[in-house]
Amino acid sequence: MEQKTKIKAEDGKQELVITREFDLPLELLFKAYVEPDIVEQWMGTKVVKLESKKHGCYQFETTDPKGNRHGFNGVIHEFHPNQKIIRTFEMENTAFEAWMEYLEFEQLSDDTSKLTMQLVYRSVAQRDEILKMPFAQGINWAHNRLQEVVNKLK
Amino acid sequence: MNLRRDVFQAIADPTRRAILLLVASQSMTAGAIAANFDTARPTVSKHLQILTECQLLQQEQNGRKVYYHINATKMKEVADFIEPFRKMWDDRFNKLESIMKNYKPKK
Repeated sequence: MEQKTKIKAEDGKQELVITREFDLPLELLFKAYVEPDIVEQWMGTKVVKLESKKHGCYQFETTDPKGNRHGFNGVIHEFHPNQKIIRTFEMENTAFEAWMEYLEFEQLSDDTSKLTMQLVYRSVAQRDEILKMPFAQGINWAHNRLQEVVNKLK
Repeated sequence: MNLRRDVFQAIADPTRRAILLLVASQSMTAGAIAANFDTARPTVSKHLQILTECQLLQQEQNGRKVYYHINATKMKEVADFIEPFRKMWDDRFNKLESIMKNYKPKK
């Protein structure tokens, strides 16, 4: 089966391109990026602030299973309804520097649409670290599961 | 105690995970790898031995030096580096799609 979400991460480039086709009309796809309560649901984060306009800013906050809070924020540089959002994205209190996000929304048919996210990082190294994050977490979880099994054997 | 040297055991150790992430970007000698850790050199050697035994790392002789590099095929069995990242976005977008399919405009 063809994967709906695709990631293009060329070697030695400091960018990522994420594409996804949705069984949704363009307007509904775009709305999911604008309505704070909807963003909260699918991003799994608290939306502290979201000003969807040129020069607007946004702030998200996520609480991890240990209760630690992680903040995210950015500034919106361009906002064209149903077409395009250009914004910065910063993970607070991490070694990552803010990166640029170019989000393009396209209509494919009356009921389908496409999102292309081009993420541009400060360096190739930072991009690679971002890619590895869920991988590192994944093997952490694998480790935790192993630990649980071992604990039961005691 | 005779533990089986499997991939799962190999990645269960934080230092070995760090070694894998380090070597993933370029081939390195044991000395260069050890320089990244506060751990004693023999301890790092032991980790390298375990990673090599379970085929996550491969050794390559280059003159007098031995370089360690990631065995991509074996790593893929554990987890593709990009796959978890892709999966994370796929999950989010699937959620977005199902939320919006049930979306009723507010009055």
